[in-house]
Amino acid sequence: MSETSKYETVVGLEVHVELHTKSKIFCGCSTSFGAPPNSHTCPICLGHPGVLPVLNKQAVEYAMKAAMALNCEIASDSKFDRKNYFYPDSPKAYQISQYDKPIGEHGWIDIEVNGQTKRIGITRLHLEEDAGKLTHVDGGYASLVDLNRVGTPLVEIVSEPDIRTPEEAKAYLEKLKAIMQYCDVSDVKMEEGSLRCDANISIRPYGQEKFGTRAELKNMNSFRGVQRGLEYEQWRQAEVLDSGGEVVQETRRWDEAQAKTISMRGKEEAHDYRYFPDPDLVRLTIGEDWKERVRATIPELPDARKARYQADYGLSSYDAEGITASMKLADFFEESLNYTKDAKAVANWIMGELLGYLNSNNLDLADVKITGQGLGEMIGLLEKGVISGKIAKTVFKSMLESGKLPQKIVEEQGLVQISDEGAIMEIVDKVIAANPQSVEDYKAGKEKAIGFLVGQVMKESRGKANPGLANKLLVERLNG
Amino acid sequence: MSITNQDVEHVAKLARLELTAEETATFTEQLSAILKYAEKLGELDTTGVEPTTHVLPITNVMREDEVRESTGNEQAMKNAPDEEEGQFRVPAVLE
Repeated sequence: MSETSKYETVVGLEVHVELHTKSKIFCGCSTSFGAPPNSHTCPICLGHPGVLPVLNKQAVEYAMKAAMALNCEIASDSKFDRKNYFYPDSPKAYQISQYDKPIGEHGWIDIEVNGQTKRIGITRLHLEEDAGKLTHVDGGYASLVDLNRVGTPLVEIVSEPDIRTPEEAKAYLEKLKAIMQYCDVSDVKMEEGSLRCDANISIRPYGQEKFGTRAELKNMNSFRGVQRGLEYEQWRQAEVLDSGGEVVQETRRWDEAQAKTISMRGKEEAHDYRYFPDPDLVRLTIGEDWKERVRATIPELPDARKARYQADYGLSSYDAEGITASMKLADFFEESLNYTKDAKAVANWIMGELLGYLNSNNLDLADVKITGQGLGEMIGLLEKGVISGKIAKTVFKSMLESGKLPQKIVEEQGLVQISDEGAIMEIVDKVIAANPQSVEDYKAGKEKAIGFLVGQVMKESRGKANPGLANKLLVERLNG
Repeated sequence: MSITNQDVEHVAKLARLELTAEETATFTEQLSAILKYAEKLGELDTTGVEPTTHVLPITNVMREDEVRESTGNEQAMKNAPDEEEGQFRVPAVLE
């Protein structure tokens, strides 16, 4: 590895987000995913001659909503332009997009990396139509074209080159995804292609103001892929500079399997799109009243929720950030609080057990059956001493799988904590008799031995003994 | 403003047109003449006039987000010179 620390990395991201309207942006074909190839098509999205596109109002409002949530200024006057290029995924040989009058401009979002808040500028957000899907066959000699996706509304969100590290890029994407999810304008699933990301990356010696020559990175199919692609590329560019070479401006493809970026040659001339206003679409005028109507539909966004959780419930910045990263998780948190007052305990269970389980099994909250009520009530049982911390973990696991309420699980599986002194004392005596060495150690002053003995009591009671009581009774017996 | 042979070659390439040297020369001449004709408009003082992108004095022509029946795969495939598994089959574009 070359020494990369003498260079500063500069990254700007272009993110495409599919808007989840029911119909396409310029025709009435369905946007639903997974239909047989080319079944959701009509003369308009197939680009037949003489047809007229008509703009989907919902797509415009979703784009406005997304732009507002990203703190953009909303255009009062907007229009659509043709972006001309030949590629089989685009039957018209142009894409209807927006050139000089995007829906939104001059926005920003705040991200948090290593406890530091940083503001990333958003250059613009514009509305456009998606392209079709190509499947390469015959060892790459032919392609099959499915045009179902053509005309699905997209917003393209372009950031300022304010991002300095791959971690910041990942944090930016996570925040962007959360905001889009809160606004309910998209499914934002990178694995299904409803959120896609390209990156411009360059490096420069620290202190140099002028940007270095940039490479455009494509084909990063996960947030982790974006981070790894950028990590590789900043290293590659440093190697080029260190060996006396020059970085070439080009498009590179991230290859996940080979874990490297590969040059896509032959695209040098591709960036001449000859934009011009689309004569089939009239201009868009967005008045203040329309803006206000859309603005009123924006819910409390992640940053506001995070601040509220810290102020009202005393959560740490880290926990509040983690919980508000997904709206479903934040809703789950709030639902739990209808059943317990202990917000910190709820946060701990979510950040520890719940996210641990979801992440290690690559699952979403929607994939497990636990409810906010279940978690809230379980914490109540724990507080009252009905169950021990150890049993709570068993109950929690069971709730993930069955969705049953904790009281029911406790009853069905006989998990009620033993808090009866007599019953525990019986076990304590048994454990003392069976472990003379530890008893001797304890009496010789090795206080740690008590931990082992408590553990034995818990084991003997199959986790049901009240551990505090077990400890107390053991000490009494041994000292008595 | 007049254009050069190189401009015509560039635009032809973008439009996937193959021109002979003779054709390039002809089009260079013709396109220059067309542009020169359009330049007449430059004689007008348009200070303070908003650029026109559409001749109709209307804005905000939109439809509600309602799904209408598609014409479907069979119709779409009627225009396919080559077809496979209900999809258009095209020569690969190598990247």
